[in-house]
Amino acid sequence: MQDKVTNIFIVGVGGQGTLLTSRIIAQVAVQMDFDVKVSEIHGMAQRGGSVVSQVRYGKKVYSPIIKKGDADIILAFEKIEAARWLDYLKPDGMVIINNERVNPLPVMSGKEKYPDTIHEKIAGLLPKTVIIDATAIASQCGNVRAANVVLVGILTAAIGIPAEEVEKAITAIVPAQALQVNLAAFREGLAAGA
Amino acid sequence: MKKLMIGNAAIARGAYEAGATVATAYPGTPSTEIVDSFSQYEGVYAEWSPNEKVALEVGAGASIAGARTLVAMKHVGVNVAADPLYSFSYTGVNGGLVLVSADDPGLHSSQNEQDNRGYGRFAKMPVIEPSDSQEALDYTKLAFDLSEQFDTMVMLRITMRLAHSQTMVKTGQKREIPLKDYKKNASKYVMLPGFAKRRHAEVEKSFEQLREYAETTPLNRVEMNDTSMGIITSGVPYQYVKEAFPDASILKLGLVNPLPKQLIKTFADQVDKLVVVEELEPVIEEQVRSWGIEVIGKEQFTLLGEYSSEFLLQQLSGIPMPQGFNLDQEIPARPPLLCAGCPHRGVFHVLRKMRLVVAGDIGCYTLGAIAPLEGMDSCICMGASIGTAMGMEKARGPEFAAKTVAVIGDSTFVHSGITGLIDVVYNGGTSTILILDNDTTAMTGHQDHPGTGVTITKQPTNKLDIEALVRAIGVKNLRVVDPLQINELEKVLKEELARREPSVIICARPCVLLPGTSKPDHKIYVDNELCNGCKSCIRIGCTGVTFLEEEKKAQINGGCIACGLCEQVCKFDAIKRTEV
Repeated sequence: MQDKVTNIFIVGVGGQGTLLTSRIIAQVAVQMDFDVKVSEIHGMAQRGGSVVSQVRYGKKVYSPIIKKGDADIILAFEKIEAARWLDYLKPDGMVIINNERVNPLPVMSGKEKYPDTIHEKIAGLLPKTVIIDATAIASQCGNVRAANVVLVGILTAAIGIPAEEVEKAITAIVPAQALQVNLAAFREGLAAGA
Repeated sequence: MKKLMIGNAAIARGAYEAGATVATAYPGTPSTEIVDSFSQYEGVYAEWSPNEKVALEVGAGASIAGARTLVAMKHVGVNVAADPLYSFSYTGVNGGLVLVSADDPGLHSSQNEQDNRGYGRFAKMPVIEPSDSQEALDYTKLAFDLSEQFDTMVMLRITMRLAHSQTMVKTGQKREIPLKDYKKNASKYVMLPGFAKRRHAEVEKSFEQLREYAETTPLNRVEMNDTSMGIITSGVPYQYVKEAFPDASILKLGLVNPLPKQLIKTFADQVDKLVVVEELEPVIEEQVRSWGIEVIGKEQFTLLGEYSSEFLLQQLSGIPMPQGFNLDQEIPARPPLLCAGCPHRGVFHVLRKMRLVVAGDIGCYTLGAIAPLEGMDSCICMGASIGTAMGMEKARGPEFAAKTVAVIGDSTFVHSGITGLIDVVYNGGTSTILILDNDTTAMTGHQDHPGTGVTITKQPTNKLDIEALVRAIGVKNLRVVDPLQINELEKVLKEELARREPSVIICARPCVLLPGTSKPDHKIYVDNELCNGCKSCIRIGCTGVTFLEEEKKAQINGGCIACGLCEQVCKFDAIKRTEV
């Protein structure tokens, strides 16, 4: 078993399903007999604010939170959230960005501009950047809310964990009535990330 | 079998395995999931109490009657429960009682970052601090034993980072603990001066025994390693220390009150340099210093916020924080917001429009304080709004009261607003009080309360009649309005503010996130012919309306739930509705 701890930093907007995603990834690590820690944000930040959940797994994990500059992967559900938390990424880390724009209040009110090409800027700076229209793919699979699982598919391909373990975790965590859509979305993400 | 559990679920499991049969709480982030999880076990009683004081009083009664009892609250909730706490610490227990205090360094969802280890010192109460979910489970079980062994309630002090982190847990078997016998024992449980005097002596005696216990308890452990630096730490900061300094010697304290003086002295003698790593107050540091031991502490760290591994590396080893990547781009902030369709938005729109002074309170509606609604002048603690408005009036006179309102949610009103309202009526105030009744405790995740008519286990119960209660207090002017009918709300507000008598306006509309909230039969859209880009609809701060900068038009987006508020604020009839 690898001694190294893998750090996955999941960012998005409250309500986008970051919590469920961190639970799926953590479940995969549990199935693979790793030590796992997950840190979540509940409460006030969930009301449409910027949210973070963090998954760490390896032979032995101490801190439940990832150090700045130490995330192997940032999984971003929204473009500017990827940019906001980029300081947590390792210099040679990977960013997976859902090409999705959710306007924050200062943008909706016209007080600030949304930096619409920010994902391209990140890609220019970091060679290991993946940009994907996860929301569109999820929509084709039957439900836009499955965008998070499309991203899990990309992540699975990127870090080389066995897809069947991830499908097992999805089956364990996702409610039965949403399972088929989620499995389809995961497979699309996996194919896109391969 | 091992599985992932958040700290809060692990505490509930620990209490269950320890044979606890009663649990009480008032919801509050980051403590809410503890008693919520506990309520799902078979054969136990759990309740949402109206507030933390009642929760601890019910807990004390259950303990005196012989049951192992769990009481949970957030850090500021312990302030509400402080009165029974300081006397129940004298009476001691019959069945073990564990009080969980969930502190919030970093203020993720709180109004302050007080350090509740201080309560342990003042109340001569043992304080136990776990550092992950397994310890949360194990220490909770042990805390019940200690509570009975030393005849005292035990505080299990956790922080948000433990409460809401999932780590691996191996669960155990439930122990069958029979109820302890109940025998009348007035000199132990009736805190008259004569009895309390003797109980105080007993408390001091048992606290001395706890000091001895602290020296040998398995809750405290030394991890001897490289002796050039020794670190005393506890709770989640232990994990940051292990991460940052894997080679350092560590004295990990699980029992943080009372401290093991000899153990600490011996540890200090064995290391070249002694460091205390603790978030918030220098509780351990000051005691260690008082014993004449040299220690590196807060002068090197901070009294503020959460710690992290990289912070410790920077402060102790001079390793700078990573600078990150230079994107050369301003990233717009994303503050939390009231949801699209939230009934509170109508209230704060009207309050801002009328330029009223607003004494606020604690709940989702506290978000009405931030831009663009900016409709709140003060928010102190749970239930403070009504008393604050009364004080403003008594300082500045009834003319000031005619442009002042108190704003309080239904759950918060039941928690601790009622006595404030009694004061207004009793002492001749003329305040206008808005009770924002959304039929739930929304901010903490939709817990029931006495006004919803449903218990923690979703059983129907008596529904507190807030209107009848307000009338019984002596308020003659009581109005009920729909907060999303803003013209009506404004009219009612004007009428009630003009009265030289107390008034209560109940703004009644269920939280939009509650299941079963009715779906509208229409959609809202912007008529581009009529929209002149005045941004009135944007200033309500709704996530369902976007301003298109280039077109200078408002646009209804996918977040809209057709509440109709923007339709009402549009002066040009540009926002319209169509049937679905």
